[in-house]
Amino acid sequence: MLQQTINDMSSSEVIASVLHLNKSFSAKKALSDVSLEIHANRVLAILGPNGAGKTTLINILLGRLAHDSGQVSLFSSAPGDSHVKRQSGAMLQVASLPERLKVKEHIRLFQSYYPSPMSYEEVIKYAGLSDLENRYSKKLSGGEKQRLLFALSICGNPRLLFLDEPSVGMDIEARQRLWSAIRDLKAQGTSIILTTHYLPEADALADEIVLLKNGEIIKKGTSEEIKASVSNTTIQFSSSEPLDAFEHLVGVLKISTTGKLIQIQTQVPQQTLQALLSQNTNVEDLEVTKAGLEDAFLQLNQNDAGELS
Amino acid sequence: MNTMNPTQSVPKTMSLRQLFNIYRLETQYEWLKTIRNPAFSLPAVLFPTLFYIFFGVLLNQGNTAASSYLLCTYGVFGIMGPALFSFGAGLAIERGQGWLDLKEVSPMPGSAQIVSRVLVSMGFSTMILLSLGLVASLFTSVSLSISQSLLLVTVLVIGGLPFCLLGLTLGLLLKSDSAPTVVNLIYLPMSFFSGLWIPISVLPVFLQKFAQFLPPFHLAQLALKVTKQDGGTSAWVHIGVLGVFTLIFFITSLLAFRRKQG
Repeated sequence: MLQQTINDMSSSEVIASVLHLNKSFSAKKALSDVSLEIHANRVLAILGPNGAGKTTLINILLGRLAHDSGQVSLFSSAPGDSHVKRQSGAMLQVASLPERLKVKEHIRLFQSYYPSPMSYEEVIKYAGLSDLENRYSKKLSGGEKQRLLFALSICGNPRLLFLDEPSVGMDIEARQRLWSAIRDLKAQGTSIILTTHYLPEADALADEIVLLKNGEIIKKGTSEEIKASVSNTTIQFSSSEPLDAFEHLVGVLKISTTGKLIQIQTQVPQQTLQALLSQNTNVEDLEVTKAGLEDAFLQLNQNDAGELS
Repeated sequence: MNTMNPTQSVPKTMSLRQLFNIYRLETQYEWLKTIRNPAFSLPAVLFPTLFYIFFGVLLNQGNTAASSYLLCTYGVFGIMGPALFSFGAGLAIERGQGWLDLKEVSPMPGSAQIVSRVLVSMGFSTMILLSLGLVASLFTSVSLSISQSLLLVTVLVIGGLPFCLLGLTLGLLLKSDSAPTVVNLIYLPMSFFSGLWIPISVLPVFLQKFAQFLPPFHLAQLALKVTKQDGGTSAWVHIGVLGVFTLIFFITSLLAFRRKQG
């Protein structure tokens, strides 16, 4: 099934590719043998714990960092090439913007850098900045600042868009608008490389997810594939019975408690549930959930925890 | 909606027209940024002017030669400020915010950053010189011909270039929170030891010798040539020394840029 989807992906145009990429900082290996492809009309999410190599990878793709070995090519050119930059946009984590420029001035300036910029009105609409055009960047809240940074990343009509933690500090409404703007841009042919700590974001947007750990790709696939690779289901309930009353039920992999709630991990939810309910104990607040991306992420990262220093 | 054609070709190079448009906007906004920041723009203009009023006018009642001499040296003091601060402190602060990283990955040509800041500090220098000139014409008996005034302004505005490059080096090396202090620690002593506040001839001989190694001293000597109050060394010597300093600071800023790239 995995092979199938990857074949489907290959059918869309490859915008950028990374092949057997290696990078070390002095003695420490930051990236080892990383290979991936970035396709037109796709969102690629790069996930991983802090120090996994996400920032290093993005910086190499942006041409801010030289790599040790392997091949990196964007639009058939080297990263950082001016011809690449004019087709890319980037939203990086910026502590603050020059305070005494207005939102509209920032946008006009960045538009001037690109050969065929997006129209000003469209940028404002996508970024949801229509009430803030005349505000000084000094007066923007965290979420508003992120919206401005998003505006600056898209104002050149990029074919390749880098988004680093785009929704940090945004409220729910702003985040929803951002996500719909990202989907819109994707539908028009933009490729998007997303890094985020907020897993529902990757789940909602990404066509393909790459999980990095200690500089290596430990998993690659769609969100569904990654979730399926961790097939646990959690059964949660409260009960007056002690914990060990449930330990020997069919299929129980792990049992834990938070407050008065008991959680059972299982790969055979039907059997476990049946056993639980037929045990004739008072079970309340019953809830059954499939593993989400977050569970999968945690589990995949733990699997070879022995490697962690 | 702007539809995108995935096979659209992007020109390999930027047209000259687009480049000038970027320079124009970058300079315009750099100017707005600076002028909207009274904590920078007011002291930049007021300090040299107030110093001149105090030392050049009030302490020199009626001494035309002294007022004229100090007009030139405070002019040098005045133009150094925006050059050092716009590049030094301004750049260090924007770099510290991560803002320059964003500009670096954008297609903005690196030269736009330099051109805009040079033009803005030249604009500020001109304002400072106008304000000094106004004080001199109102409260002193200094009289310069139009050609002398124009020559003085030209010498000083162009003479700001080595200080822009010194500021650029500092801006690339310094941390944002310490940048303003370090810039002041260089700016103020260097001004004093170059004889910008009190005439060089009043300083002890060993300090007069030391001043030969400071770029503001040579720019002051060039400015004083306009009013024929210089030390008598050929203008080409001063131009040569300033040229060497410009080259040195150009190289140090390139090295600082490389270092930043890791």
